[in-house]
Amino acid sequence: MAETVCIVTFPATVGAMAMEKACREEDLPGRLIPVPRSVTAGCGMCWMAPADSREALEALVIRRKIHIDGIYDMIRPR
Amino acid sequence: MIYLDNAATTRPKPPAVGQAVLAALDDFGNSGRGAHGEALTAARTIYDAREKLAVLFGCSGPERVCFAPNSTEALNAAIAGLFGPGDHVISTDWEHNSVLRPLYRLEAQGGEVDFVPADSGGRINYADFEKLLKTNTRGVVCTHASNLTGDVLDVDRVATFCRAHGLLFVLDTSQTAGVLPIEMEMRGISAVCFTGHKGLYGPQGTGGLCVGTGVEIRPFKVGGTGVQSFSETQPQEYPTRMEAGTLNGHGIAGLGAALDWLNEVSVEKVRAHDLGLARRFYERIAELPGVRVYGDFWTEVRAPIVALNLGERDSAMVADELEQRFQIATRPGAHCAPRLHRALGTKEQGAVRFSFGYFNTATEADQAAAAVRTLAEEL
Repeated sequence: MAETVCIVTFPATVGAMAMEKACREEDLPGRLIPVPRSVTAGCGMCWMAPADSREALEALVIRRKIHIDGIYDMIRPR
Repeated sequence: MIYLDNAATTRPKPPAVGQAVLAALDDFGNSGRGAHGEALTAARTIYDAREKLAVLFGCSGPERVCFAPNSTEALNAAIAGLFGPGDHVISTDWEHNSVLRPLYRLEAQGGEVDFVPADSGGRINYADFEKLLKTNTRGVVCTHASNLTGDVLDVDRVATFCRAHGLLFVLDTSQTAGVLPIEMEMRGISAVCFTGHKGLYGPQGTGGLCVGTGVEIRPFKVGGTGVQSFSETQPQEYPTRMEAGTLNGHGIAGLGAALDWLNEVSVEKVRAHDLGLARRFYERIAELPGVRVYGDFWTEVRAPIVALNLGERDSAMVADELEQRFQIATRPGAHCAPRLHRALGTKEQGAVRFSFGYFNTATEADQAAAAVRTLAEEL
């Protein structure tokens, strides 16, 4: 079994912390996890959320001016 | 014991500071090294502290608050990272060695440095900034307040000068953070260097620099950051650019608790209290025969410091007597401010510095004044 998730990566830890705080404040889903080796990122942490939250996360990143590396869809083995 | 050496470090700290450090010692993993709960607890606490500092200093965001062990390292980073051989920098005679020695080193490496002179009363003339301007002047590095006299720099005037000539402006807030408003972005300050253990009431070993919008500082240190591990160069993103190595997370947890305390009490209330005590002490000793006070007390905008001498007595002997006979802790000597002592004519004698904090009381200020009166009468 596998699921598709949305991964947000950051160039530095401070971006990951800003993301977590913003998501908590705006009641968006997800959590910080170690960056999978298949994803290129500066920071060792990334935000993982259900794939269907991608649009809301993109809007949040723009609205809150969070410095990110990229947003990806990833197949995650269960 | 009456502790009047708060310009060296405030004492005591609010109880919540020690509690936060103790909890962090138990709870913290290493911030930015891993995504497990313990590492995230540390990272969240450190991020919160960045946010609080950004608000306090009027910095554009938490990502531009870079931690360092103290303001000396922050000043080294700013000076070495902004200026180089061929650059001219203007500073003042008020500076602490934390500014002076990095500037002297810059000079030895081919930079140029000029100092706005202080007169025998410790005053500087702001017109001198313009007179010292050269075609290769790149910046101004100044203390916000003298750690010897407590006199405060007219930041807006210096910022206007810097803006008019396209200069970088590095401000040392060691004596003013937590006491006076800084408002760095609004005033156009390029870098604010701060310490955590004085007016912010945090633990020693905390401090840093806030970097203004568009200001690019070459990193002073390079090394492990927890990010971009395969890059051979230091990451360029702030604050990581300036933060090689594990942060003092435990200390920063204490600093965060101290900032909560400061926000609860309010900077305005702390300032009114501290300056009120300094003024109260000054008014009781300024006119005593044999007492000579340094600095400008015509203005209310000061750091809570009163430096004085008794006749020709060695300041170290006076401070020792204050402690042994009256149980009053002060700081004698040169205060790492050699240029201002020379200007004041106190290179040999030094001066006795009384500095006030939020946990001092009016009774303590009066007892200190009474002790000075006794010593003055014995001259």
